[in-house]
Amino acid sequence: MLARRIIPCLDVKDGRVVKGSQFQALKDVDDPKKLGKRYSLEGADELVFYDITASHEAREISLQFVEEVAEEINIPFCVGGGLKTLDDIANVLNKGADKVSINSAAIDNPDLIKKASQKYGAQCIVLSIDVKQVDDAYIVFKNGGRINTGIDALEWAQKGVELGAGELVINSMNHDGMKQGFDIPLLNKITELVNVPVIASGGAGNTQHFVDLAKATDVDGYLAASVFHYNEIKISYLKETLRQNNIPVRIER
Amino acid sequence: MNVIIDYKVGNIGSISRGLTRAGIDAKISANPEDIKQAEILFLPGVGAFKDAMEDLVKTGLVPLINDHVTQGKLLVGICLGMQLLFDSSTEYGHTKGLGYIPGEVVYLDIEKKVPHMGWNQLMFNQDNHTLKYINENDYVYFVHSYYANTAPDNVVAYTDYDINIPAIVRRDNVIGMQFHPEKSGQVGLQLLKAIKEMTS
Repeated sequence: MLARRIIPCLDVKDGRVVKGSQFQALKDVDDPKKLGKRYSLEGADELVFYDITASHEAREISLQFVEEVAEEINIPFCVGGGLKTLDDIANVLNKGADKVSINSAAIDNPDLIKKASQKYGAQCIVLSIDVKQVDDAYIVFKNGGRINTGIDALEWAQKGVELGAGELVINSMNHDGMKQGFDIPLLNKITELVNVPVIASGGAGNTQHFVDLAKATDVDGYLAASVFHYNEIKISYLKETLRQNNIPVRIER
Repeated sequence: MNVIIDYKVGNIGSISRGLTRAGIDAKISANPEDIKQAEILFLPGVGAFKDAMEDLVKTGLVPLINDHVTQGKLLVGICLGMQLLFDSSTEYGHTKGLGYIPGEVVYLDIEKKVPHMGWNQLMFNQDNHTLKYINENDYVYFVHSYYANTAPDNVVAYTDYDINIPAIVRRDNVIGMQFHPEKSGQVGLQLLKAIKEMTS
């Protein structure tokens, strides 16, 4: 049976994994390959690295971590953050990433998804969507959630898949950082519409939130950052809990 | 010496790093002399069957790979490389494969999401040394939209995704893995370790 995937997400700045909420000063914490390896040994099924390095020049240096991670880690990993062109995507894939995640650039230039998918295959093109519920509508935001695009999130999800995205990451801005559980109604709406894997992001606070998500949705992967970084949830414990609830998960030996 | 056949497909670096982690030294090469001397030949591959087969034929190495197999030496196909071991594929028309294992590569025409992407379990079908260090129901990482339709005789392990998909196939000294052992955590490493022991 296909397993549900547990996906820790790591923010990388200038080649180092950083943590801290958006409103706090970022603190240098760890080496991406070291932390990636630790998560991989604890049973993570996949890793996502977001490069949040500000300038384009600095980003090229920062991305050297991708090669180091590829050397060390034997599970799939995705790299995102600031990828705007086919060359940017090629660069990250050539460094050894298995997938790339595209967010704002796809909104500005939907053709990027199409071209990248044709060139590298849908399986390695992940469309990441920041969604905020405004009144009764789900709206796409861009630039790290700062700009309201006015685009309907459900339509954008469908369009993204038509363009060639092989996977969607749905980040609920209303739930992000609240630690009150995932946005189950939104995720159910998305999984009903598309026939590619959907990854839930935003809202994980405890293991029960993952169990609730698994029982209420067909979502394929569960992405979280802080609960793993701060050791509030240990991946091995989370997976054991899911297994006891009859959710198919891979238990690493 | 072991050789990863270099025919310009995308994931050669990834397989090379995976083999290194499993303690297998393998040179990435399209040099006929290297192919002739290889103990284990690894055939990688991602993308479409037709393009990959054309690229492989273009290298002129196919007769040498045939010799390698005839001599009883080990050939290991991974992901699309595994599919190339079969007679033919229906991906973008009808394309002939290497024909070492009888069967046809066809589209996964099922209810579930395609590509079949993620971690799925191995169900053992027959004894084989590749399985020595792993357990039934261990998980490995799959990414594919086509699968090899072949007789149970050629299948070492299946995985279940609406239908039984051949995950590890073999015919004598030719072995194929539909999944990515280099991306399959500890289980993948153990599979490659077993393959390393199958030389000589």
